[in-house]
Amino acid sequence: MSSAAAVEALNKTPYRYGFVTNIETEKISKGLDESVVRLISSKKQEPDFMRQFRLKAYAQWQTMAEPDWAALRYPAIDYQDIVYYSAPRQKEQKASLEEVDPALLETFDKLGIPLSEQKRLSNVAVDAVFDSVSIATTYKQKLAEHGVVFCSMGEAIKDHPELVERYLGSVVPIGDNFFAALNSAVFSDGSFVYIPKGVQCPMELSTYFRINSDDAGQFERTLIIAEERASVSYLEGCTAPMFDTNQLHAAVVELVALDDASIKYSTVQNWYAGDENGKGGIYNFVTKRGLCKGRRSRISWTQVETGSAITWKYPGCVLRGRDSVGEFYSVALTNHHQQADTGAKMVHIGPGSRSTVISKGISSGHSANSYRGLVHMGPQARGARNFSQCDSMLIGDQAAANTHPYIQSRQPEATVEHEASTCNISEDQLFYLQSRGIEPEAAVSMLVSGFCRDVFNQLPMEFAAEADKLLALKLEGSVG
Amino acid sequence: MLLSIENLHACVEENEILRGVSLQIRAGEIHALMGRNGSGKSTLSKVIAGHPAYTVTAGGIHYRGQDLLALSPEDRARSGVFLGFQYPVEIPGVSNLEFLRVSCNARRQRRGQEELDTFAFEDHVRETMAIVQMDPAFLERSVNEGFSGGEKKRNEILQMALLEPLVAILDETDSGLDIDALRIVANGVRRLALPTTATLLITHYQRLLDAITPDFVHVMAEGRILRTGDKDLAMALEQRGYDWIDETNGSDTRQP
Repeated sequence: MSSAAAVEALNKTPYRYGFVTNIETEKISKGLDESVVRLISSKKQEPDFMRQFRLKAYAQWQTMAEPDWAALRYPAIDYQDIVYYSAPRQKEQKASLEEVDPALLETFDKLGIPLSEQKRLSNVAVDAVFDSVSIATTYKQKLAEHGVVFCSMGEAIKDHPELVERYLGSVVPIGDNFFAALNSAVFSDGSFVYIPKGVQCPMELSTYFRINSDDAGQFERTLIIAEERASVSYLEGCTAPMFDTNQLHAAVVELVALDDASIKYSTVQNWYAGDENGKGGIYNFVTKRGLCKGRRSRISWTQVETGSAITWKYPGCVLRGRDSVGEFYSVALTNHHQQADTGAKMVHIGPGSRSTVISKGISSGHSANSYRGLVHMGPQARGARNFSQCDSMLIGDQAAANTHPYIQSRQPEATVEHEASTCNISEDQLFYLQSRGIEPEAAVSMLVSGFCRDVFNQLPMEFAAEADKLLALKLEGSVG
Repeated sequence: MLLSIENLHACVEENEILRGVSLQIRAGEIHALMGRNGSGKSTLSKVIAGHPAYTVTAGGIHYRGQDLLALSPEDRARSGVFLGFQYPVEIPGVSNLEFLRVSCNARRQRRGQEELDTFAFEDHVRETMAIVQMDPAFLERSVNEGFSGGEKKRNEILQMALLEPLVAILDETDSGLDIDALRIVANGVRRLALPTTATLLITHYQRLLDAITPDFVHVMAEGRILRTGDKDLAMALEQRGYDWIDETNGSDTRQP
């Protein structure tokens, strides 16, 4: 069997999370103007500073144009054809899980994220977000004993307004880019994490994002703050139903690490990617940025990206603190007609700051996968170092891979290294494995996971095996 | 009859490489296949194992009475045909242990044996590694990545020992080995040769055949087996070179 035929068969598994939950939702009508922004803010009973934040963002957004520099092709998005507020109808502020609609609990059960007391994932606290609204957060009590705050963004605005006001928009300013401005104006909910001074968060924190609606845009906002010497590991998971239409997802994630703090942010993204002809799927336009504000602070992004019809995403670290460390480990797999334009931004400001970028792109089917990354060395970044490695693997002969590294240095004593490689799954590797009794599909996923090993090694233990399985599943049908 | 090759013709792209190979191999036999580079020895081994780059245009191969060419490469391996590669490929990021376990279990499943979990397999593989005097540290490394030539060859013999094939074809497993490594490999091959199995050694050198005495020696040229004899044929070749075969068979098979 040839590798092309092998790849063909790997691509045929149905998406397991494609179901829709029937639940009553509260929706406003389609379209966006200033009154919609005010309505969202008032529905959420927000304080004045939040309303002003949103209105300012909306005003900025109106002056901005959708970016067109990415290597992505998609029909124009009609921003007036999107619903900007949709929430499952349930009692206000659920004090306990018993008050959460059973249909929602069942949904998360089906997704493998049990929320109920008895079945919870051990040692992982979960914030479950359904159509951009947080419906439950587990282990809140236990975390509170350590002073850790883990709640929905909506609750944080009510209960910790001073923290939100201080940090929201401090890493990704409201006018940062078109999609960030849109998110700042209309974001519905998301997760909030605060780790006090000197606290090592006692368990993994996780947010699970579920899109359910076919016409509502998804705008979550995540903010994680780690005070001095604090540390936390956080994981984000995402799925969506299968629709013929495309759904817009424009999230913003901001991380702030103070002196000696460390934040590890991992993503296993499995939104619906559209069918094999490219119909349907999520448009994922996401801004993720971490600020290494303090000395020796460390922020690490690890991502496994397998879903979305379109991915536009450049997680970054602003390394302001002296000797701070930024890391980016990424596996982006595209199949069928998926398009991904993704990479890392490392902005070195502080002296002695270091960053590492390891990116593995795998393109199969008719997909296109571009790495686009920025390394910037500012004038103060004496002795700063970056190492970037971008490897692409092509499966079959219809897929495309590109690498666009942008390197800017204003500091002669800073070091930037960039390595890039492209490989195919070679017929000889495939044959070697087959001649040892291994079936072509298993052989291809073995080769792909070997290719991604450096990145999988960075994922939290509980999720590394899952990522491996997810990749195998996504590749099924690409071998025949 | 374990393996029966009849008038086998095969080509890669448009070039015919095998031009009517016939070879019969019975259980308990050791065969040596010799010949110049380019005579078709490696091609024969790859066609037996099912490499997709080669097309069989005439003739056939029967394995235990079954049409071998109808089977996929992985099926051939599972049913007991093993090819030890001349140039084993490197597979970055895939641990040798995991690769060996998946491979061994695929064969075990076919033979109706229970599959071994990670722990049981690790015990099993450590014992087996002693046969080829391989350091267990190689289990943690990526398959063949950064292995020396000799280490790669030992890894091949380790795979052979784990898969317990009925027909083992070793393609120049002795090439590039120093004397010690050669002895280790030869010992491994000898220990694994049983009355129920057969071995086909593809080699250029008498020194491997000093350690493993073949029952038959075949000399290949221009895609055919020109001469078959016993171990004395290999000795004669060592002394007189391939030209001698060419002369005794007429000059049409001579290469520039």
